[in-house]
Amino acid sequence: MNRFLLPLGIFVVVVGFLAVGLTLNPRELPSPLVGKPAPDFSLPQLHDQGKVISSNELKGKVWLLNFWASWCDGCKVEHPVLVHLAQSGEVPIYGMDYKDQRNEALTWLREWGNPYQVVAVDESGRVGINYGVYGVPETYVMDKAGVIRYKQIGPLRDDILQGKILPLVRELQNQ
Amino acid sequence: MIPEIGHFALILALCVAVVQGSLPIYGAAVGSSTLMSVAKPAARGQFLLVLLAFCCLGYAFAAKDFSVLYVAATSNSQLPLHYRIAAIWGAHEGSLLLWVFILSIWMVAVSFFSTHLPEAMRARILGVMGLVSVGFLLFMLTVSNPFERLIPAAFDGRDLNPLLQDPGMVIHPPMLYMGYVGFSVAFSFAIAALLGGTLDAAWARWSRPWTTVAWCFLTVGVAMGSGWAYYELGWGGWWFWDPVENASFMPWLAGTALIHSLAVTDKRGGFKAWSVLLAILAFSLSLLGTFLVRSGVLTSVHAFATDPKRGLFILVFLAVVIGGSLVLYAWRAPRVGLGGGFSIISREGMLLANNVLLVAALGSVLLGTLYPLFLDALDLGKISVGPPYFDTVFVPLMTPAIFLMGIGPLAQWKKTSLPELATRLRWAFAVSIVTALALPFTLGHWTPLVSLGLLLAIWIVTTAAVDLRERLAHADGSSLLGRLAAMPRSYWGMVLAHCGVALFIVGVTMVKGFEVEQDLRMNVGQTATIGGYTFQFDGTQQYKGPNYIAARGTFRVSQDGRDVTVMYPEKRRYTVQNQTMTEAAISPGFARDLYVSLGEPLDDGAWSVRLYHKPFVDWIWGGCLIMALGGILAVSDRRYRLAWRHKEADVPAATQMARQTVS
Repeated sequence: MNRFLLPLGIFVVVVGFLAVGLTLNPRELPSPLVGKPAPDFSLPQLHDQGKVISSNELKGKVWLLNFWASWCDGCKVEHPVLVHLAQSGEVPIYGMDYKDQRNEALTWLREWGNPYQVVAVDESGRVGINYGVYGVPETYVMDKAGVIRYKQIGPLRDDILQGKILPLVRELQNQ
Repeated sequence: MIPEIGHFALILALCVAVVQGSLPIYGAAVGSSTLMSVAKPAARGQFLLVLLAFCCLGYAFAAKDFSVLYVAATSNSQLPLHYRIAAIWGAHEGSLLLWVFILSIWMVAVSFFSTHLPEAMRARILGVMGLVSVGFLLFMLTVSNPFERLIPAAFDGRDLNPLLQDPGMVIHPPMLYMGYVGFSVAFSFAIAALLGGTLDAAWARWSRPWTTVAWCFLTVGVAMGSGWAYYELGWGGWWFWDPVENASFMPWLAGTALIHSLAVTDKRGGFKAWSVLLAILAFSLSLLGTFLVRSGVLTSVHAFATDPKRGLFILVFLAVVIGGSLVLYAWRAPRVGLGGGFSIISREGMLLANNVLLVAALGSVLLGTLYPLFLDALDLGKISVGPPYFDTVFVPLMTPAIFLMGIGPLAQWKKTSLPELATRLRWAFAVSIVTALALPFTLGHWTPLVSLGLLLAIWIVTTAAVDLRERLAHADGSSLLGRLAAMPRSYWGMVLAHCGVALFIVGVTMVKGFEVEQDLRMNVGQTATIGGYTFQFDGTQQYKGPNYIAARGTFRVSQDGRDVTVMYPEKRRYTVQNQTMTEAAISPGFARDLYVSLGEPLDDGAWSVRLYHKPFVDWIWGGCLIMALGGILAVSDRRYRLAWRHKEADVPAATQMARQTVS
């Protein structure tokens, strides 16, 4: 091969990879927890401090766990999607108020609407560590046996919900 | 109204750029001097239009016009004026405007300092720069318009990212862009030479000062970025091998190789095709850097908000510019022919080896940067490549390069006798080895890497001293001072830049080898001692800045019972974006930095605190500045100053010969 063509050849290969790279999302990280039993938690509830919500109570149904906080901008972005999903009643959503102030969280939910069945309070972020939370918001899909089946890092978008999460939820519900 | 004027100025600038990128190049092809003469006024006109647009955006920021989307997104009414101005390049759209603005500055510079060039050459150079400008102006006007309106206007802006609210932000991006974009000049010279088929020593001589100046800016820009990360991020590191840092470092490596290869093309007529390729490479890597930052294909601490449409635009632009240049290269370069032959043991041989090593280092950085992307694209999993990889490949490649850096200037062109070279350098070698082995012991402990680092640094300085002594012995003039003054500035520039590398190596070696770091909980009144300095924590106070509230800690530092300094690290919370920032306190010194940063507040006024003692860390940036000074000194050399005034041919041949032998 002509050695003067070599740089061009290398460049074409690099451009090919860059083009494929554009279609990928580097922030979409595989979670080692997918396919494993969800870490147990037992935490006080946001709306009623006296009561406790425990992950064991939720076995036997398919549910979503959404880590959020009143200080988090991305949570505001995904919030309408969650509210809409809650209205459809397709799958129960449980909230995890992550490293937050109780009164700010309550105000936030009053202002923007509450899509959650129950909100657990993870004030110290300990449960977040067990779940390997990179940053809020994050959303997990749990099956009837309490196994994590999917993890969404960052705001939930409608296309992800319709394209990935809801088909998965329906499939799990039929099992 | 003002933003619309800016927008309109950009559209006009695009029209001018289209004219500048087409007529002069066509004119040069058909030999029409009327068409070629369009280039100069077009370049200057474009500069004025882009300047107008830039001022319009600056005005919108200064006047807090939150009806402009970009202004509302990156500033706030509480933000001080100098940061509002710096916010022009605080995000994607505005930094593109800065890119084009700086490109137009370089174009005007070329239009003024190219009177000695043949008209066709100048027309082609400005034409190619015009084409690059067309691409960026189109990019701005289609998918990233900084003048887009926000209706209804925002009540207040979302504020500039607190990380960027720092004096470094005011100066670092313009410097870096001056370097990045400056390589477009060397690139345009190369493309013009390929188009015209005039790839000769004269071409190299014209390219050299432009390349060196761009390289100086890039050196300072990269160094400032590193210094900024050091004091702003609060964890004491100065280089992280982050993709965006690599994106600025790769053009630097290519530029360094280009400077050396152009020297051979200029002096000996060799390496012509190689120099052209490096000129294309340096600018291509600048563009690739832009792509990596803007498109979001890689995760990085620097990534701006990303948009796939923008990524696609830059990729297509990249493919056209770089692909087009490489096609042109593959077509034209084979006819260039080779320079004079040389033996492997010669100055050419060593510069060639140096070039190969620099390009190999560049390739390994490029590979490490893109490797996560490659694996992901091939669906082989997600990985991230970190400092261990880069440190492992980089040091072994740079070690021989730096060893050659010492010998190269002493070798003769064409052929050098190895035994003779060894005799001339035996003292330098012995001094370097002995000092490098002994010095670490006196400093505390010996490790192979510390010795290696010191060996390389001392080697550079001692070989430069041997070289200088030999040259002085051969120089005319009676007094030593007269003989020193007789050395050309380009020679002093080289010596200075090489010594800058030595200082840089000393800094890196000493920090890596002798740095002390402590993470600890400190109660009020408690003391901690590192590196011989005692830090006493006197607690924190709350105070309110213009757009943040902060806890400011007080640390009294003493050494052997004498007070040295008082340091005030801060933890700031920027209220608009509700983001906390760590402002480390640094007490700089010639031989050490003390560095304190606040972690998290604990109970009873105690804090988690991080203390560092960093020996010689400032030499890292000092070395870079001296490299850049060396570059400036080389550019101020007599032969370039003459070249601005006369054509080189006007200078008597004998003088030319004399200059070639000294430098």
